[in-house]
Amino acid sequence: MKHAPTPPTLYIEGPAFWTPTLPGWDAARAAFRGEGTLTDPPAKRPSPQVLAPAERRRAPDTVALALEVAAASMAGSGRNAADVPCVFVSAHGDLSINDYMCSTLATDPTVLSPTRFHNSVHNAAVGYWTIGTGCMAASNSVSAYENSFAAGLLEAAVQCAADHSPVLLVGYDTPTVGALTSVTDSQGLLAVALVIAPERTERTVASFDWSTESGNGSVPAPLSDAAKTLAHINPMAHALGLFESLARLADGDLPAPLDLPLSSTLALRLQLRQVRD
Amino acid sequence: MPPRISPLQISAFTATSAVGVGKEPLAEALAQSRSGLRANDFGDAPLPTWIGRVDGIEDIRLPEDLASWDCRNNRLAWLGLHADGFPEAVAAARAKYGPSRIALILGTSTSSIGETELAYTQLDADGLFPVNQRRPAVHTPHSLAMFVQQVLGLTGPSETISTACSSSAKVFASAERLIRLGLADAAVVGGVDTLCGSVLFGFNSLELVSSEPCRPFDASRKGISLGEAAGFALLERVQDDAASPLRLLGYGEASDAHHMSTPHPEGLGAERALDEALARAGLAPDAIDYINMHGTASQKNDEVEGALVARRFPATTHASSTKGFMGHTLGAAGIVESVISLLAIERGLMPGTVNTNELDTGFGPQIKLQPAHGEVRYALTNSFGFGGNNCSLVFGKATA
Repeated sequence: MKHAPTPPTLYIEGPAFWTPTLPGWDAARAAFRGEGTLTDPPAKRPSPQVLAPAERRRAPDTVALALEVAAASMAGSGRNAADVPCVFVSAHGDLSINDYMCSTLATDPTVLSPTRFHNSVHNAAVGYWTIGTGCMAASNSVSAYENSFAAGLLEAAVQCAADHSPVLLVGYDTPTVGALTSVTDSQGLLAVALVIAPERTERTVASFDWSTESGNGSVPAPLSDAAKTLAHINPMAHALGLFESLARLADGDLPAPLDLPLSSTLALRLQLRQVRD
Repeated sequence: MPPRISPLQISAFTATSAVGVGKEPLAEALAQSRSGLRANDFGDAPLPTWIGRVDGIEDIRLPEDLASWDCRNNRLAWLGLHADGFPEAVAAARAKYGPSRIALILGTSTSSIGETELAYTQLDADGLFPVNQRRPAVHTPHSLAMFVQQVLGLTGPSETISTACSSSAKVFASAERLIRLGLADAAVVGGVDTLCGSVLFGFNSLELVSSEPCRPFDASRKGISLGEAAGFALLERVQDDAASPLRLLGYGEASDAHHMSTPHPEGLGAERALDEALARAGLAPDAIDYINMHGTASQKNDEVEGALVARRFPATTHASSTKGFMGHTLGAAGIVESVISLLAIERGLMPGTVNTNELDTGFGPQIKLQPAHGEVRYALTNSFGFGGNNCSLVFGKATA
């Protein structure tokens, strides 16, 4: 069988991270380096400034979470959000809205809330992001069950390389509720984001080479105590290895490649490198 | 504007909707302006509306080894996949490239939420799903793609695109990029959406559902008719002009940055998608012979899209909405209307706009109510979704 060609090296800007015990990349980076502790008591859900105040209060958790890391990532990249195409990825979408929809349909379908219905689409978060930032570039909303983070990263990297354009990647999942706990294992709020760029800039924090490899990959074992507490929080935990590597890159070692599972027979291999002056 | 792309070959394609299973009944319905809509008979207390329901889904039994995937959406996927020799075409590509070199990218907005709705009517004493519904891979947005990957024996990159009603148009763009970068040699793209309570009562709550068969662009249009459909296409680098003369030439993706459920009033996001699709195809608007419009029959969508077509295309362009044939099939609309556009090119058949009697004022002469025959070199299809998510695609013939 033919071996897959290697696509071009890409660059990471503006890593962003949010979970109640590590609310922001500075806190997460320090904890992943063993230099910080978990926030106690855990932070309340974020309040994304991209939304108008009334919308901010009404926004579903998925939207609040995704927009928080999206804005942090764009700020870190120094780019204008209005110009940057975006790929949002979530394994489960908004589980609390799904629970509301299914419960209501099972009791009195005629009282279904129109706002909750239009917020039930998987692309609600990216829709609010493009509305809030005035972004008219391409926006996408992707899911791939347990392998969602790797699939979203692949979609964003491919778009960046093919169009030679920076792309914002945002990954988020939220806790399962109600009867959905019968089938969906998702325990907490976790969101990550980064900008993937085709060229190095002064905001670049790392480069990466990437390819698809046969084999089922393996989610890297957490290195830090902080990452260990998040390892099974929800499907976006597959991103922890990449963000731990980003946090530790300054230590100077070339990290081992990450093989993120895309399926039971295919992995996305990432080789991160520190970018030196 | 983006640079031109190299065309991709459409090696196989198929669609199943309320007008029938596969391409032949679809082409026949389009030629005869025969609508597949019927009075709503879906669910226990049907809303007074019209729907595009696919006959026979209830009677489908998946093979034993696939039985755990059972739900309305995966059954429709199974039915739609087995039309027009599609599995044989994929098997040939699999033999040629290897299963890990074929990507699978599907668009859906409902996936199998209908099965989750059903499970909520069957909760046990603890408020949990009954044992036969504790199938995690069914109650998740990626269920459709995981099921189809197993049915087709594919192991390449796979993702679900869920951008509401543009979902299964955007799959062509993602597939083209993967193939261009050499991460796949071929891609199966498509989408499936099925009728369920969420969409029927959801669109009803937004007061977008019509009490009669939808009438796109009609002066007295009253809203949308919901439908269900499955469609698939196999994309490869250009291999053989004679055997497979149909091409994906361009795509454009853009956002409205305006509102979650109403389009930008001047159609700026839709126009940006159109411009990018034409640029990637290297075509001017007057090259387009046929436009399959999004044309849902909602007041606002039709107003914005009708104005866009009127200001950008010559009077000679034949444009129509095919929502009156099978209803608005949501996340599957992009692939179904891509199949219609490919049929238009292959057979020189430009569909009309069924159920529509009198065009609203303000729309251009491009929108046709009756079908027409003639050479279609280039076809454009538009798909616009909630969240202001737009996608336009351009298909054409090999220029040999």
